[in-house]
Amino acid sequence: MRGVSSRISPKRVPMAEQPPGERIRNFMEVPLGYTPEQAIEEARRCLQCRDPPCVKGCPVEIDIPAFIRLIAEGKFKEAALKIKEKNALPAICGRVCPQETQCEAVCTLGKRFEPVAIGRLERFAADWEREHGGPTIPNPPVKRGKKVAVIGSGPAGLTAAADLAKMGYDVTIFEALHKPGGVLVYGIPEFRLPKAIVEAEVEYVKSLGVEIRTDSVIGRLYSIQELFEMGYSAVFIGIGAGSPMFMGIPGENLNGVYSANEYLTRSNLMKAYLFPKYHTPIKTGKRVAVIGGGNVAMDAARTARRLGAEEVYLIYRRSEAEMPARIEERERAKEEGIIFHLLTLPVRIIGDEKGRVKAIECIRMELGEPDESGRRRPIPIKGSEFTIEVDTVIVAIGTTANPLLPRSTPGLKLTEDGYIVVDEETGKTSLEGVYAGGDIVTGSATVISAMGAARRAARAIHEYLSGKG
Amino acid sequence: MVEEGERIPLTLYDWDPKGGTISMVFQEVGKTTRLLAKMAAGDRILNLVGPLGLPSHVDRFGRVVCIGGGVGIAAIFPIARAMKLAGNEVISIIGARTADLLILEGEMRSVSDRLIVTTDDGSKGRKGFVTDALRDLLEGGLRADRVVAVGPAVMMKFVSETTRPYGIKTIVSLNSIMLDATGMCGVCRVSVGGRTKFTCVDGPEFDGHEVDFDLLLDRLNQYVEEERRIAAADC
Repeated sequence: MRGVSSRISPKRVPMAEQPPGERIRNFMEVPLGYTPEQAIEEARRCLQCRDPPCVKGCPVEIDIPAFIRLIAEGKFKEAALKIKEKNALPAICGRVCPQETQCEAVCTLGKRFEPVAIGRLERFAADWEREHGGPTIPNPPVKRGKKVAVIGSGPAGLTAAADLAKMGYDVTIFEALHKPGGVLVYGIPEFRLPKAIVEAEVEYVKSLGVEIRTDSVIGRLYSIQELFEMGYSAVFIGIGAGSPMFMGIPGENLNGVYSANEYLTRSNLMKAYLFPKYHTPIKTGKRVAVIGGGNVAMDAARTARRLGAEEVYLIYRRSEAEMPARIEERERAKEEGIIFHLLTLPVRIIGDEKGRVKAIECIRMELGEPDESGRRRPIPIKGSEFTIEVDTVIVAIGTTANPLLPRSTPGLKLTEDGYIVVDEETGKTSLEGVYAGGDIVTGSATVISAMGAARRAARAIHEYLSGKG
Repeated sequence: MVEEGERIPLTLYDWDPKGGTISMVFQEVGKTTRLLAKMAAGDRILNLVGPLGLPSHVDRFGRVVCIGGGVGIAAIFPIARAMKLAGNEVISIIGARTADLLILEGEMRSVSDRLIVTTDDGSKGRKGFVTDALRDLLEGGLRADRVVAVGPAVMMKFVSETTRPYGIKTIVSLNSIMLDATGMCGVCRVSVGGRTKFTCVDGPEFDGHEVDFDLLLDRLNQYVEEERRIAAADC
């Protein structure tokens, strides 16, 4: 660091946010982004390592020092283009990637100071490009005259499609819902990822020549076999792990019990928070219990707050140290007045005579020996049962494989839990020409890991199709 | 329907792959069906997705009783037709509140060996419910190999109760509330044989003797308040 460090600020440039009291009354984005001056200041903190660990920490291998240097030089558009060489969805990843466990976790500066705010800078470059004339479309590649079908338009599908289109394939994405984006539109709330940004990045993927067909449920409308008969030479499956899990406790089918998927889809995709202007209803709830400790649980709790809930409880069976949710999301949830009931396990949901939720009974837990996940196993404390009065319960304990497509695809090898079995390096499935990546392979994970898997699969599809001549 | 619209599940009444058309019969019960009813020929629906759910199980069972209630007659029609084509003897029972609301009588007759009509008020056919006609048949010694019923949840419940003592396999097509209808949200969950199933991907057809109809009826009422609110906002 040769004396440079003495001039480097130990702290990253803070980013302005909507204050909690204000933001719980709207669905607008919470962090407000860097100004150009702030971005340059933060970018100058980067040490420009020769052998940058951050690039290895990035599942899609963005040339991080290069784009940060461009920001430091005030070349914002060039910075965005540099990111887009590797990542078609930078405004999204800048917002929802867990940088603190990836690129920023291994940042050299982070050994002594706060690491460079790589995520914020990625977001800044992408936002600047979008707000200043929009993206530059790369020159169209030489067409290879081969068609590839991509199933699902979430992070994995969009990435595979963008990569394959850039290689010269004719790519069609088949999306089951009426809007493209998958979890980015139905799952992640507006206040964390504005839908206009998803739309803009989807538009960018389309501008590469990708065709997106919405309202197309593969497995019902067409089978994978039929896609081949329609002239597609390869298929990428990126359908996510969209089937909600429930706890299997009494009372879970009462009215007022939602899966997080349902609650968030009503609010995000269908805009039920604007009912009755938008036609999809949602029970806003005055006292809401959210069960789970992941990012989705935080999203659901914070959505409930914005929909007008007076009390929102987050019920999690382990302690905060074991919580899978990002620290940032937990902090924001607490700032917004979400009440955490840690080491607490719901045992039953109690209903009234009309089949509506009126309370949830829980039991306190203590931590025992580590379990197979390496986290200390929660054990119920006998006799510690207690009840919380609530009118809404949101179950956010994770999702599992949706059986719809696998069930209709004979010969597709699945795990016991219904996930698709693939070769890890290539995403190749048991069916020739069929590749898969993202949550339908790994189970619930992050946006960026799905994108990394999709990138590897796109490469493998290219090799497969080139080899075929 | 429109950008602000909701997603609702409807059942096909008929389809023509060559002509590229599908036909549906719906009843104006909520915001979306009211909007749908206002459409004129040539108007466009913003989004349409399908087919969804598992196909009806059609086989040569022998003698099949097909029961349709209200707008459910439109949904039982293609099933009765397929049962007939598969070589079954088809006895159909269709019912409505009153004669004016009875639909597709001629169509049902054309695919049935025998058709019984009921109306609640007796304005046409046998006075009473479809279950009354079914009970007459069973008490009269009719042996059926299968019963398929589509209609209001309460009708399907009582059809199932009627056939239970006779041990006749009874298939019902459930009309749960749905959102995405692709297995993603779970709002359509029902209890079948004590296990939770999603109507959209595991159904819509289930064994009527195993369905918890009281739960279904409760869950169908989830949004009555909101239905009222949005109807009031329209006035």
